[in-house]
Amino acid sequence: MSPRDLSVGVDVGGTNTDAVVIDAAGNVLASTKQATTVDVTGGIRAGICAVLAELGEDRSRVSRVMLGTTHATNAIVQRRQLDRVATIRLGAPAATAYPPLLGWPQDLIGQVLAGSAMIRGGHMVDGTPIAPLDRDGIRSFLDGAGSFDAVAVTGIFSPSTPEQELEVADLVRAHVGPDTRVFLSQDIGPTGLLERENATVLNAALYGVARSVTEALVTVVAEEGLDAATFFAQNDGTLMSLEFAAQYPVLTIGSGPANSIRGAAFLSGTENAIVVDVGGTTSDLGVVVNGFPRESTLPREIGGVRTNFRMPDVLSLGIGGGTVVDVATGAVGPGSVGYRIAQEGLLFGGSTPTLTDAAALQGNPVAGRSLPRLDRGTEDALRAGLAVAHERLADAVERLSLGRADIPLVVVGGGAFLVPDSLPGVGTVVRPDHAGVANAVGAAISLAGGRADTISPLADREAAIAEASEAATAKAIQAGADPLEVSVVEVLETPVTYSDRPTVRVSVKAAGPLARLADRIPSRV
Amino acid sequence: MAQSAAPARVTEVTVEDIPALAAGTAIFGTGGGGAVHTAQVVAELALREHGPVPLVTVDDLGPDDLVILMSGIGAPTVGIEMLSADHQVTTLIREAEIAAGRKITTLMAAEIGGSNGVGPVGWAAELGVKLLDADGMGRAFPDAAMVSMNVAGVPCDFSVLSDVVGNVSVIKTVDLHWLERHARALTVASGSICLGVHYPMTSETVRGAVVEGTVSAAIRVGHALLSSPEPVTAVAAELGGRILLTGKITDLDRRTEGGFSRGSVTIAGTGEDRGRLQRLELQNENLIVLEDGEVLVSVPDNVTIIDAETGHAITTEMLRFGQRVSVLAWAADPIWRSPRGLELAGPAAFGYELPYTPFDGGTR
Repeated sequence: MSPRDLSVGVDVGGTNTDAVVIDAAGNVLASTKQATTVDVTGGIRAGICAVLAELGEDRSRVSRVMLGTTHATNAIVQRRQLDRVATIRLGAPAATAYPPLLGWPQDLIGQVLAGSAMIRGGHMVDGTPIAPLDRDGIRSFLDGAGSFDAVAVTGIFSPSTPEQELEVADLVRAHVGPDTRVFLSQDIGPTGLLERENATVLNAALYGVARSVTEALVTVVAEEGLDAATFFAQNDGTLMSLEFAAQYPVLTIGSGPANSIRGAAFLSGTENAIVVDVGGTTSDLGVVVNGFPRESTLPREIGGVRTNFRMPDVLSLGIGGGTVVDVATGAVGPGSVGYRIAQEGLLFGGSTPTLTDAAALQGNPVAGRSLPRLDRGTEDALRAGLAVAHERLADAVERLSLGRADIPLVVVGGGAFLVPDSLPGVGTVVRPDHAGVANAVGAAISLAGGRADTISPLADREAAIAEASEAATAKAIQAGADPLEVSVVEVLETPVTYSDRPTVRVSVKAAGPLARLADRIPSRV
Repeated sequence: MAQSAAPARVTEVTVEDIPALAAGTAIFGTGGGGAVHTAQVVAELALREHGPVPLVTVDDLGPDDLVILMSGIGAPTVGIEMLSADHQVTTLIREAEIAAGRKITTLMAAEIGGSNGVGPVGWAAELGVKLLDADGMGRAFPDAAMVSMNVAGVPCDFSVLSDVVGNVSVIKTVDLHWLERHARALTVASGSICLGVHYPMTSETVRGAVVEGTVSAAIRVGHALLSSPEPVTAVAAELGGRILLTGKITDLDRRTEGGFSRGSVTIAGTGEDRGRLQRLELQNENLIVLEDGEVLVSVPDNVTIIDAETGHAITTEMLRFGQRVSVLAWAADPIWRSPRGLELAGPAAFGYELPYTPFDGGTR
């Protein structure tokens, strides 16, 4: 029997669906770029079929398929295919000054909300009940709500006192039906009531969309007769099982940049690096620390909704291959000719000076193309423009490097030639092979991970960290990690003031490589 | 005398003013004061529902007016999870009116800096009362005793705390230190977060005991920030202050001690300021600016680190290595430069053995 050592990575973007095959040693054996299709399935099928064809007989060695996608993000931004959600908050009378979905755009509320209720219940920071749970209130709300596809439940301080949300899930199923889809905020995010509630409701609304992608992947894998386990990439650079992804689609939001950062770092053979993806319009920079993208500490808005999703810390600059250089003023960007560069750039016979043209003065960014004769003013403006672009890139790199000058800079993307071979504050500049499909590579090499939060007295800090570590490890194993290899990769502590004894909030992340066996991951979520 | 260049007096706060108010109160936060976003969303909601809030000056107040401060008290980490109940604001005022024996007509912000500068606008709209164009700090400070009423010697007759459950406590203590102790214990019992009213004041006691004009100033500063093509210089001009340095953060030493964020930040000048280096001492707020071993500015004068391009305030917990920033400084309200003001909030009050030299950046 042939070894089952190959992984297929797929990245479903808004424009392209990329696919790669890598072996256990991390070699890229096949790669392709296909157009994304409206039904998603077509693009995934084209991508997977293309790389399998390249593999030939070796296709039987494929044991895993990993998929990363911006589909959930796009569904929210474009307001399509969203499910209707009945929203229950536990904790009244606390937080009643802040009704659910506060600040959401009206059109999104109209599509998603099937009614909301602020029910008596919830807990204080120390576990004291705010009010006894109003079970009848939940039943009458469910009876009065319009038709809904799912129920989202958010209890005050449920991340540290989870039992009540679980009880309410049972109550909802007992009242509405055993197959009712119920989503609990404790599974979605840490303390930060409104952001966690927003994320829980969005998660419930994305169930149908996520299902269409997970089913597309299952369909294609079955059509191709692959005996492979399937996974989704999440936004912190770890994987989850398909069943888990179907249950927690919000966790895929932001996975695109995370995969790109990890894939680029992997292709360059480093665990600690700054990654810059230079496209046509922007350069997106991120940092990979011990193999994981560094996460942003700022709240992020998705389609007008404020959330606390774990998102990679990405810095975007208006510097890309199509960025326009204004000869009259010397201004560089932010305007870009984008994909029209093949008609409008000077290098292509057009009349708009761009940074690609500037790079052409010093090198040969596009094979077989050379610049027309330029007047002195244009040439000077282009040289100055390239210097400005280098300076902005150097500034951004320095900003992300936190003062360390020895971190390598990994350059990927179609505009990679804009990055010079040496930049102030950078150790070495690395330009890996297969940089065009770094997203799909990132999906293929992801680890399985899990996170848990708790609030505890400072005196019991070690026990709290142990408890959160255990919960995070369990979540990682549930997401597919090898129980023998999983380990805690991050512990964050935040002190809580105004408490009768010193109190600390603990957040733990665990991760590990996927279980080596080719068997299916248990489907229990 | 014609004063055609003077900005029109702000007589009410409308929902359209809230983004400017929020951006302005963040500047007045002098590095602290908490994030303004949630307070901004809630204030906008309240003004949309109840209409604009009348903004009055100390001179507008009459014998029938009673002013009281309203603010949130407690742990920010709890405040983001266990939010206020809708009854809390009305409960507070009802109990305060019983304690005072008369009607409360006017709310005031305890501190204009940060979220506590935005919250009172929404609460005043909900209660249908006026908002005083003033606050108790003119900035943000970490200690409730660092208020202008304390400088002026106006006692706090009573405080009322109301929690999310509906518990209400009326507190009458002999002085502010006992108030801090009792309020802290009650806040812990209430789940580490409360809303409170303090310092009932009449039109007579309020005079000279508050920092005047700060709500309209925050709106003007925020408006300058949001609408000017050169926000950094526009904000400095509006405050009558100065940009001390523009550069990038090259060192950041920050730690949490006793519930406060302490440390220092070093900024290296760029452009015209190349070759210069400034260090700021932090303790929740920005306290002291040093250059070449000399103190350029110290508390109670105001220092805010702002984004060198957008002009938006950066709180001490959001400072990051490599950020492009400008150091903005402006003079403290005269009340803080009095001997009693300096005793409460001068360098020595924060543990610095150095004499206070008034910042010469002009006065408002």
